[in-house]
Amino acid sequence: MTESAALPPPRGPLPWVAGGLGLALLAAGSWIGLFEAPAEQHMGDVQRIMYVHVPTAWNAMLAFTFAFACALLVLWRGDWRWDCRLEAAIEVGVVLSALLCIQGAIWARPTWGVWWDWDPRLTTTAVMLFAFIGILALRRFVDDPSRRAAWSAVATVIAYADVPLVYFSVRWWNSLHQMQSTPETVSSPFHLPLRMNAFGVLLLTCAFISLRARVAQLRLREELSPPPPAWAAPARAPATGGAR
Amino acid sequence: MSLAAALRKEGLVQWRTRARFLAVLAFGAVTLLLFSFAAGPDAATLRRHAPGFLWLALMLSSTLALAESFQAEFEQRALEGLLLLPASARSLFYGKALVNAAQLALLGTALVPLTVVLYDVSLPRPGALVGVIVLGAAGLSAPGTLYAAMSSQARARQMLLPLLLFPLVVPVLLSAVKGTALLLAGDPMGQLPSWLLLLAAFDAIYWSLCGLLFDRVVEE
Repeated sequence: MTESAALPPPRGPLPWVAGGLGLALLAAGSWIGLFEAPAEQHMGDVQRIMYVHVPTAWNAMLAFTFAFACALLVLWRGDWRWDCRLEAAIEVGVVLSALLCIQGAIWARPTWGVWWDWDPRLTTTAVMLFAFIGILALRRFVDDPSRRAAWSAVATVIAYADVPLVYFSVRWWNSLHQMQSTPETVSSPFHLPLRMNAFGVLLLTCAFISLRARVAQLRLREELSPPPPAWAAPARAPATGGAR
Repeated sequence: MSLAAALRKEGLVQWRTRARFLAVLAFGAVTLLLFSFAAGPDAATLRRHAPGFLWLALMLSSTLALAESFQAEFEQRALEGLLLLPASARSLFYGKALVNAAQLALLGTALVPLTVVLYDVSLPRPGALVGVIVLGAAGLSAPGTLYAAMSSQARARQMLLPLLLFPLVVPVLLSAVKGTALLLAGDPMGQLPSWLLLLAAFDAIYWSLCGLLFDRVVEE
């Protein structure tokens, strides 16, 4: 790993601008999705959760993919900044996939009659959620910054390689989920709010990752900075006798 | 240090700490007993769930066996000494992972007679069942050995290993349980080969990936 000198304090308004824009897009898209777009023919109003559910799914996957790329760069380049981004991406990915599981359960109850179903995508999301929670726990329990960076990068590569294996094993095991929703698979009145929310959540995800990486970077700078000079204790005569 | 020397060292350590293996075996046996209490005394229910119970017992016992496997290396900083010899981290990993896989396969095989007695299952193809157990044990052992190297140097080590390992080995659990169930209850649709292929694919991916990444875990 490089020294802390290569870790400048983060600055710049870009994440705030992206976050504000993302929030505005998400609000507008959700408004159109809730009040302007027609209700779906079979599912009725329940279907409107798609406008947040599908963008959450895409961005959760994107966040974990970004974390995987960060992990490779940590292992390959050994740059602290990628370690900060790795931490941020995993944390945002965990939040998004937890939201994804909750939204999925809310949608599944009125549609399928159950809160949870052992569908490949749902189950893979839950397994990934727990795998990456484990990596966050690993980061919390390792004190040495270079070990923490290397180990969490290794664990991220290992967990990410598991995604297709979990997906296929659960798919062979059981299946019920409908096909993925993309603008191509849904009819045109639903396109606009879906697209707006997808970009809104994308911008918010980028903003959160970037801001969280700044927090990580500030903490890491503090960890890597040399310790303050030891407090010089006044010289004392060596204790004699001691505890009886 | 070559792989042969690493294997010899691991085998020797395992042999000298064989009381630990018996303790893990006893833990697995208790787990099997507890599962039958949880599922109730109905013989048909127990028989149907026997493969799942066997693999869960092996998976839970594996965290005990794996967590202990780096004890000797870290107690007196023996690992640093080994790496200074210089021994290659890769052969150390493969030595330990192979011995761990053998230990888990032995553990799984030893739990089979108890499964037969407690859950009243028949064993039409015992040799094939041992094959499934070996493949499954290999799947638990490669990532388990890598994560044990991390968790035994971290705080909260008891908690960390299962937290990292269990979500990862979901494909191993699914395919091993399915494979075992098909062996015990018959396989009219010929599904066994595809599950074994999945298990073998997991093994191939993680035995190579973990071997590649292990030196990043132990480097100072």
